[in-house]
Amino acid sequence: MSITTHRSAEEIGRTERGPRELPPLGEQRAATGLSTVDTTLSNGLRAIVVKQSTVPMVELRLRIPFADTDLMHAAKAEVMASTFLSGTARRDRVAVDTDLALVGGELDASVDPERLSIAGNSLASGLDTLLDVLSDALTGASYADDEVGREKSRLVERIAMAKSQPSVIARQALQKHRYGDHPATREMPEAEDVAKVTSEQVRALHKDFVLPRGSVLVLVGDVELDAAVTALESALGGWKADGTATELPELPVVPGGDLLFVPRAGAVQSQFRLSTQAITRTDPRYPALQLANLAFGGFFSSRLVENVREDKGYTYHARSYLEFTPGSATLLIDTDTASGVTANALLEIRYELARIVLSPPDESEVDTVRQYAIGQLLTATASQSGLASQLIGLASQGLGVDWLVSYPGKLQEVTIDEIAAAARDFFAPVNWTGVIVGDSAQFETVRLLGDVKQ
Amino acid sequence: MAAPDLHTFTLPNGLRVVLAPDTTSPVVGVSVHYDVGFRSEPEGRTGFAHLFEHLMFQGSESLEKLAHFRHVQSSGGTFNGSTHPDYTDYFEVLPSAALERALFLEADRMRAPKLTQENLRNQIDVVKEEIRLNVLNRPYGGFPWILLPPVLYKTFPNAHNGYGDFTDLELASLDDCAAFFDTYYAPGNAVLTVAGDFTVEQARELVERHFGDVPARETPQRPSFAEPPPHGEVRGEHHDPHAPLPALAVGYRMPDPINDLDAYLAHLVLASVLTEGDGARLQQRMVHKEALVTDINAGAGLFGPFEARDPDTFSITAMYSPEVNVDRVLGALDEELELLAGTAPSEQELAKVTARWVSSLHKEHDRLVSRTLGLGSFQLLYGDPGLIYRLPDRIAAVTPQDVSAAAKLLRPDSRAVLQVFPAGGAE
Repeated sequence: MSITTHRSAEEIGRTERGPRELPPLGEQRAATGLSTVDTTLSNGLRAIVVKQSTVPMVELRLRIPFADTDLMHAAKAEVMASTFLSGTARRDRVAVDTDLALVGGELDASVDPERLSIAGNSLASGLDTLLDVLSDALTGASYADDEVGREKSRLVERIAMAKSQPSVIARQALQKHRYGDHPATREMPEAEDVAKVTSEQVRALHKDFVLPRGSVLVLVGDVELDAAVTALESALGGWKADGTATELPELPVVPGGDLLFVPRAGAVQSQFRLSTQAITRTDPRYPALQLANLAFGGFFSSRLVENVREDKGYTYHARSYLEFTPGSATLLIDTDTASGVTANALLEIRYELARIVLSPPDESEVDTVRQYAIGQLLTATASQSGLASQLIGLASQGLGVDWLVSYPGKLQEVTIDEIAAAARDFFAPVNWTGVIVGDSAQFETVRLLGDVKQ
Repeated sequence: MAAPDLHTFTLPNGLRVVLAPDTTSPVVGVSVHYDVGFRSEPEGRTGFAHLFEHLMFQGSESLEKLAHFRHVQSSGGTFNGSTHPDYTDYFEVLPSAALERALFLEADRMRAPKLTQENLRNQIDVVKEEIRLNVLNRPYGGFPWILLPPVLYKTFPNAHNGYGDFTDLELASLDDCAAFFDTYYAPGNAVLTVAGDFTVEQARELVERHFGDVPARETPQRPSFAEPPPHGEVRGEHHDPHAPLPALAVGYRMPDPINDLDAYLAHLVLASVLTEGDGARLQQRMVHKEALVTDINAGAGLFGPFEARDPDTFSITAMYSPEVNVDRVLGALDEELELLAGTAPSEQELAKVTARWVSSLHKEHDRLVSRTLGLGSFQLLYGDPGLIYRLPDRIAAVTPQDVSAAAKLLRPDSRAVLQVFPAGGAE
């Protein structure tokens, strides 16, 4: 290195004055109240508008429930989402891009088993253009044969690409293990199904499924509420249909049980994807569950991360989190570990699950997770895009800005006992199941721990 | 966009400070940028700058192992760090009540990090898992940021793998850590940035209180990483056991980001004209009209623009179907570049680029993490944090002729072409 003499590590780590005391927290200023309206447009679309003028931009999110039991649905929906913005009677693909670009805008459509999601933004001065392009696609996407044909071949290649990702392989294995052949498991269509989709089918799907009633739009940005609602009504009022957008059928409860070991040749890491049944945000036990989950594996200073990463060095990344489904929720644990320590990692995960039941979070842990949860909500909603994404997530569970405003108070009220009860109800090892994807040689050791099958 | 309220000053120990007060939300961002990245790590120690970044989270004189994370998170905040070619950054975003705490944490590890053998061994294991996760166990791992530089560059600083070889990582010693810290982590080699909800007087007093007694140390002479551009087209190959489709990265040298900023910006505009949005030239021709590639992207820097000093890389990456010959893809690229070199792009093409820059600047500003880190890196690289807010005007001033001139510089006889081949075994 470039200097010839340097101090030793030990000399670097201490000063004459010695360790110093951590300064206390200062006074926290509350966020200014949100100016918002939550209304229903004449076509039945729920619209939530929030004025947040931090920058002269607008952020838009639209969620259209988009579920079906048809086995070809995922393939048709994927082709539809990828050609949704490829042209209308008024604009071809290039004109869509040009009009958006000139107002610093972008729009993007994606689909999953539950819903079609459209997300975008633009300069606030370009809101009318953004809404006009959106409305044009909602009411007049043409799905021209050549556009559909080309997107299909791109999709086939993208699916091949995605299916070679270990995280996708593990997710598919988990969904199948949890839910069998429920439509929720079809998160990515089969390439051969995509190849069969016709543009007529895509147009029919749009007509039958892209419906305002039952859908929610969130607009956050540098707007005046009344003017924004008027702009939405005038741009989207022409998007009309009978019927209501289709929700995903309720998912079966995830029962505890054996882990499934899924071999993947040549893997240098093992993917753990474990799961159990949980509750939604409307359940009174939810704040306690959120805090118990944080203490378990929901952030860096959690028991799981401090154990498997910072103490053992088995992994770069480990976490537990809640996933919301229609009317319900599940808890998941994700980690990817070195192949050679697969069984060791399983032992530690099971140990931490049992430990949080038998030794639930103490006062100092509870204080940490409570402050973290409250602070996170503050920082995550400080930007327009963060707030828009947070609100669309809440809206799909029927919640709105009120929930966001009142939730920090609920977190303040949760007691240690309620968190201990949530730990017992949701983290007991007996209630968990899941998959491990890894090199087949690892199974021989992993199976010795019991409750793992191949 | 008008520059926000910016205040810069330098402490007697050499620490440069940027304050950017903004009371719209009760949150603050704090970052420290050290003027050392993976281009400065010594031969035989690839990956060391990044490994050292991990160690900076492992405790300091006043903070036990794990305390840094706990103090940030129990204040309701988030943290991270990242290693770039020419700098390493560390940051926290927290409710504004925790401002002093964040400054304390950063000052403590700038003054006296606790570098121990045990933490070094543990973090070598963690970094190896990070590399397995992001490179070895996934398709296109390290594409193109690890794979392209050794084709485009000849000298160790520019060409080597910044994530590091496992053998080099294993060899890292505690003495290497001490030498690296004493050489590069002096206050005079760093920039502290504070953005968000505070008053200038309050922040200045807290900064002086916590960082003022970090002793000044000698700062290293910044080396030049200059090397001549490649003669001819240099080709390289990589066989990826997980990749389902072939991929291509074409690397070119580009103007000095610091000393020739306007020419650098013309290359950024060119990248947008080529691949940003469905109306961009290569998207239209190569994705939609001729279906030669599945996806195509162009851009500056291994991870984005404004992350490195000279030399920086302009790259074009594409995924394509195995039936397509790579020379057809390169041929179409060269034709489009030649066309742009001969006939300047339209005013409308440039208007689109400018408008999207303005809005992406607003979005970056609105996210406190990116605002804080952006101000810090512009202070470090340009000595001018406010330059970020003048970029849209500078971009708007790029003329169609400037873009033509940029296209003319991307010559087939001075570039690197890296091909990634699927090596079977993908499931």
